[in-house]
Amino acid sequence: MRPGADGFPRAAAVALADPQLRRNLRRATRTIRGNREAAVAEITDWEGLRDQAAWIKHELLSSLDTHLERLEASVTAAGGRVHWARDGDEACALVGDLMHSRGAREAIKMKSLTTDEIGLDHALELRGITAWETDLAEMIVQLAHDRPSHIVVPAIHMSRGEIRDLFARSFGLPGLTDDPVELTAAARQVMRERFLRAKVGITGANFAVAESGTIVLVESEGNGRMCNTLPPTLISIMGIEKVLPRLVDLTVMLRLLPRSAVGARMSSYVTLFTGVHEGDGPSEFHLILLDNGRTRALADPVGREALRCIRCGACLNACPVYEHVGGHAYQAPYPGPIGSIISPQLAGMHEHPTLPFASSLCGACAEVCPVRIDIPKLLVHLRERVVTETDAESVTERVAMRMLLRTLSDRRRYQAGQRALRLARRPLRSQLARTLPGPLAAWSSVRELPEIPQQTFREWWAARASGGTQ
Amino acid sequence: MRAALFITCLGDTLFPEVGVATVRILERLGVEVDFPLEQTCCGQMHFSSGYGRDLLPLVRRFAAAFTDAPAIVTPSGSCAAMVVAHYPRLARRFGDERLAAEVEAIAARVYELSQFLTDALGVEDVGAHFPHRVTYHASCHATRMIHVGGAPLRLLRAVRGIEVVELPDAATCCGFGGTFSVNNAAMSSAMLTDKISHILATQSEVVTAPDRSCLMHIDGGLRRLNAGVRVMHLAEILAADGDAP
Ligand code: SF4
Repeated sequence: MRPGADGFPRAAAVALADPQLRRNLRRATRTIRGNREAAVAEITDWEGLRDQAAWIKHELLSSLDTHLERLEASVTAAGGRVHWARDGDEACALVGDLMHSRGAREAIKMKSLTTDEIGLDHALELRGITAWETDLAEMIVQLAHDRPSHIVVPAIHMSRGEIRDLFARSFGLPGLTDDPVELTAAARQVMRERFLRAKVGITGANFAVAESGTIVLVESEGNGRMCNTLPPTLISIMGIEKVLPRLVDLTVMLRLLPRSAVGARMSSYVTLFTGVHEGDGPSEFHLILLDNGRTRALADPVGREALRCIRCGACLNACPVYEHVGGHAYQAPYPGPIGSIISPQLAGMHEHPTLPFASSLCGACAEVCPVRIDIPKLLVHLRERVVTETDAESVTERVAMRMLLRTLSDRRRYQAGQRALRLARRPLRSQLARTLPGPLAAWSSVRELPEIPQQTFREWWAARASGGTQ
Repeated sequence: MRAALFITCLGDTLFPEVGVATVRILERLGVEVDFPLEQTCCGQMHFSSGYGRDLLPLVRRFAAAFTDAPAIVTPSGSCAAMVVAHYPRLARRFGDERLAAEVEAIAARVYELSQFLTDALGVEDVGAHFPHRVTYHASCHATRMIHVGGAPLRLLRAVRGIEVVELPDAATCCGFGGTFSVNNAAMSSAMLTDKISHILATQSEVVTAPDRSCLMHIDGGLRRLNAGVRVMHLAEILAADGDAP
């Protein structure tokens, strides 16, 4: 997937033309936003909690290697096996090999962004292995041969009616209504059989505790718990930044995550499991630690802040850009504000040069981020990296920006510029100026240009000082 | 009390009436206003477009123009935010510790207009008279970066004759974002459309904000629609003495 230089703006324009999508998104993001606000208001020291979380992750990132080694030791001591994957291909191959050597042709999967990031389902499919999504929304997306469009609510772009039609078609149930109870019952029927059949379960990990080797899974449906308890073989894949030093850190993170994500005091299912236990749950446990660009992001002292993310999705729900276009327009595994700062860092600036610009820098995201990622700051930083490291910014744009800067850096040139602009009053108002390609036309598509005044402020000031005007 | 006016390049070049109004308010309240002529532009547009590393000349220029000012007042929330939030970090990045210390000291004396009036001068009633129905757009940077909070609304509510109507989703971005409005024109105009429909729903005569750049964007859309709603910067309302808008 290489969206190229006109990636986001073009995809956004397409998404904007879909009124059903706009309605679905607006409704859903508004509801979650309201729930989040109410849940946050219940905690007296929410800001203090955010400070703690930011500090925990900040400390963690400054010595990530030590914590990862500690995690590996604890997981191994608890009877698990740790594998390291440099990139998505390596991780997918690891999963494929593990399944192949156990003769498994299908797996049940918990909702996991990391596996979406590396395209695990598709990679397994190429090896003749089916990975069944068991999260209801992920299942919907899989059935529709679609892609998730939100990191917490993957099918946020679809309405209940659209889901009814999909189920009716896929499960051969023409009489199905769009009653949520009926819809989930239909899905449950199909999923139950898969749960009981599968020999391998695949999950992500919301957190992994270095000191104990404990993996933490947070979900609302309980299907993930099926994945990590029923099949004899369990494989968990996590980005290396998901490690936490101590169990006690969970007292901060688990209070922030559900409230930020869906406005819940606690998620219905929070699972903590450590290694393997005779006669209880899976008999083997594999943990895959995925880099896939994360050490590259870590090497950028400003950009690394993005690795604090706990994937709560609050920044998506708060973002007016996301609310208008949804996740697909970002053309990357992580959409919304967090996607715009993490996707280019993981895949390389050349892959997603338009994403850091897909924001008006309004700052609504940073206001809600539970780990205090200064998203606008990172967007600006990555814009700079796009300008300096890629050729996405055209020569014309570069020259224009530099010339303008030269004008603004000197008082005399600046004042000459003001006079020149005044001379351009009429031509700017002409029909021609609006139709020429470039910024004027883009502006004038829906807006009038401002009038250029007779007198600048400094001219008024000078005239007043010399007694000319009042 | 003396204060230097930081007019901003946009205010100087395109919207002189905002600066004039700011001077009127301040002088009416007994503030002696200076206007350092060496000021040009704070570099916000270049900064947010990815040209931060070229900004050293503008940071130096700003520091030189305002280093002696006891207080610096600007009618723009976003330009105030540029100086307050980004200048010290930029200067440090250029490895110029002296400049960093200088702009840090200057940044502590930079006020957005409504903050200057309520915090530094401690006034809410600035003696304005504006008998019109007005709604207030809470510009993003003024709200989220320099936290003007309720200051603009308190000032507005103290204006004689005014009827202030709450704008739905007042703090949602209007979609301007500088070059965002042209790089992501379709996205930006969709956001503008929402903002305008909320403004029209308030049935106001005037929409105001602490930043003329947002208003330039909103005004562009309102005029295209011949919506019959005027934009006025907060300063223009606070300077008004009862004449029709
Ligand atoms: S960036 Fe912050 S708000 Fe966005 S998903 Fe990550 S943790 Fe949540």
